[in-house]
Amino acid sequence: MGTQCTGTGSWPNCSTSTCWATPPTLDSDLSQGIQPVQGLALCTLSTMGSAEMCRDLAPEVEKLLLQPSPYVRKKAILTAVHMIRKVPELSSVFLPPCVHLLHERHHGILLGTITLITELCERSPAALRHFRKVVPQLVQILRTLVTTGYSTEHSISGVSDPFLQVQILRLLRILGRNHEESSETMNDLLAQVATNTDTSRNAGNAVLFETVLTIMDIRSAAGLRVLAVNILGRFLLNSDRNIRYVALTSLLRLVQSDHSAVQRHRPTVVDCLQETDASLSRRALELSLALVNSSNVRAMMQELQAFLESCPPDLRADCASGILLAAERFAPTKRWHIDTILHVLTTAGTHVRDDAVANLTQLIGGAQELHAYSVRRLYNALAEDISQQPLVQVAAWCIGEYGDLLLEGNCEEIEPLQVDEEEVLALLEKVLQSHMSLPATRGYALTALMKLSTRLQGDNNRIRQVVSIYKSCLDVELQQRAVEYDTLFRKYDHMRAAILEKMPLVERDGAQADEEAKESKAAAQLSEAVPAPTEPQASQLLDLLDLLDGASGDAQHPPPLDPSPGGALVYLLDLPCAPPPPAPIPDLKVFEREGVQLNLSFIRPPENPALLLITATATNSSEGDVTDFICQAAVPKSLQLQMQAPSGNTVPARGGLPITQLFRILNPNKAPVRLKLRLTYNHFHQSVQEIFEVNNLPVESWQ
Amino acid sequence: MSLGNIRQGKLRLQKWYLATSDKERKKMVRELMQVVLARKPKMCSFLEWRDLKVVYKRYASLYFCCAIEGQDNELITLELIHRYVELLDKYFGSVCELDIIFNFEKAYFILDEFLMGGDVQDTSKKSVLKAIEQADLLQEEDESPRSVLEEMGLA
Repeated sequence: MGTQCTGTGSWPNCSTSTCWATPPTLDSDLSQGIQPVQGLALCTLSTMGSAEMCRDLAPEVEKLLLQPSPYVRKKAILTAVHMIRKVPELSSVFLPPCVHLLHERHHGILLGTITLITELCERSPAALRHFRKVVPQLVQILRTLVTTGYSTEHSISGVSDPFLQVQILRLLRILGRNHEESSETMNDLLAQVATNTDTSRNAGNAVLFETVLTIMDIRSAAGLRVLAVNILGRFLLNSDRNIRYVALTSLLRLVQSDHSAVQRHRPTVVDCLQETDASLSRRALELSLALVNSSNVRAMMQELQAFLESCPPDLRADCASGILLAAERFAPTKRWHIDTILHVLTTAGTHVRDDAVANLTQLIGGAQELHAYSVRRLYNALAEDISQQPLVQVAAWCIGEYGDLLLEGNCEEIEPLQVDEEEVLALLEKVLQSHMSLPATRGYALTALMKLSTRLQGDNNRIRQVVSIYKSCLDVELQQRAVEYDTLFRKYDHMRAAILEKMPLVERDGAQADEEAKESKAAAQLSEAVPAPTEPQASQLLDLLDLLDGASGDAQHPPPLDPSPGGALVYLLDLPCAPPPPAPIPDLKVFEREGVQLNLSFIRPPENPALLLITATATNSSEGDVTDFICQAAVPKSLQLQMQAPSGNTVPARGGLPITQLFRILNPNKAPVRLKLRLTYNHFHQSVQEIFEVNNLPVESWQ
Repeated sequence: MSLGNIRQGKLRLQKWYLATSDKERKKMVRELMQVVLARKPKMCSFLEWRDLKVVYKRYASLYFCCAIEGQDNELITLELIHRYVELLDKYFGSVCELDIIFNFEKAYFILDEFLMGGDVQDTSKKSVLKAIEQADLLQEEDESPRSVLEEMGLA
């Protein structure tokens, strides 16, 4: 009896055949009218009821829905939820009682009913439409709960039955989504709940949170949306960390759609960067980055850069790249942009993405008025710290390019700096020799030294010495460079100045280069995708070939193409940027019999002179359909033939849709092209076979 | 949704509302325990695990964890966990871990009166406790009240 079902939770799920609670037993448990037994039976059914059990016992559960005892009814309702999940067709059984059950006052039954309706609506658009009509009733229930339904039995921290409130709000969300009328009906109530719910404890905040989620998901008035965002903003100031967490997560979801409303809470969001809990500070970072725009970029960057200096290591990379991206999008001036990148490189150099170096050199190169400024700042930064590789690389490049500006001494934007040549060379040498420098960095440094040989006034002995030393460096790349530079000094000194001139600005079309690379890769793959020959077709062609060439029947038969999917050969024709095609080659009619015609048209793609593409078109002007049309072809040994699958094998009568088939002939020796064709088809209830040679192909097709 | 108590890595109770194989369950429990036990005291009660959200709360030596889906409300789940602990507390009278260890079937029974299929059955503490009381009475009536001596006819 009751003891049969104890410890339901620890049983395996019902997919194992060891489940012994067979329907007859449960059936009798359900119907025998002893409440605890019924309750346990329903519990068992709901936890581990298989699809068959659910189907069998649905009528029993339906009966229990209408029983007087709330204890059994509330369980029956939730069992119905499970049954619908297992057997969706049972929705039709459990949908009708719902509207009636909504009139109940027992909280447990009401809660179960709302859960059941939610489940029904989530599963079926028809149910969703059906239940829209209860929106007013739901609104009323919730309103009563909030205003007058205060009962100590069901309330938590002074909030009336928060579980029920949340469930109703969830259902309202589903019903109001994308539906103007329903959304409007619940508008006032949502505003009421949003403003009147006590927020001192978690229970109230849970209801408020659900309200916010609902407001944001339905078609609510603009004012209501702003109210919701403001509630989230208030959440951010709550001392409870959990509340702050849900606020940050929700605001992150809303920042795109309700940007200006969220912007108002920017200062609070920025404060949340200081959170000790990493999951909160991470969300605050993401949100802060999403809130940067052209008007607040300077202030935000300051905050974010301050954060970068002290943030936990796992957030550094995201913060750095976020700052760089935002800087790129919203930089007010180039100088600010350069400063920002510089700062990021000095603070978190090891965490930036690979393209940061290229981006910065690009940026500096393009800002001619800032060359002097940049090189000075970078020189100072480098002098302080040679460990951050991206920074060192950019600095070395810059010093190499603009070393002359560095030594000039005058730049209004920073304090005057007196640098002499020896110091500059010493710094670069230090970078070269440091064990912290990556091979790429050392390459930058060596090249910079080399460039300075034309930028500096003094003699180049020191530079020549360094270059000479590195001729025997173990790093091959460095060694190669050193040897080249040394040769430049010794044998090509007259060219040195020209070679080491300032670099022109690199075109920033990295994206386009990628596209082209992809296209050429795709084309290469397609040409590789020429599949292996199939046996039967090959032997038939061999027969034809014998007729053509007679002697030396070796295995050099042209491999026919398997029907390639999606016209791959035709795609190869669509090569981009093809020059205008030469004059078209005239078509050739090669066959005619009783209204059935075969026509050949020719294309020679300019990029590949050895290739000839023939399209054979079969048309039918007669009164009878042509069916089972097969065309086979053979060419002389010196040529290669590949045939694509025909477009079909039926040509309807009286000018119906023709059949086309593509032949691909490779003719590298420009030999005269000859074809032998074999046609078989059914026409006027007769099978036709025709074999013939085509020798009169236009000269342009093979010369 | 699943609910489990752990302390220093020992699982005391678990309830699964989703059909999963035993092997998969063991794996998930191990993973989840690792993740939750790694949390520091000052961290918030929510974490992301697999494609679910896990809400956990520590009561003395026990962690109560609840895995919910993306669209579920984390804050109300905290209330749910608290309600369950309150029920246990009321039933056992200042519940402690030993109560749960030695009366685990009661703990499950209380859970089954509070939740069904992962959804809340009754939001009244009084109602749930009353149901458990009645079930207890029923069990006592059912069990034979005779002692061993009585049965042997010696009392």
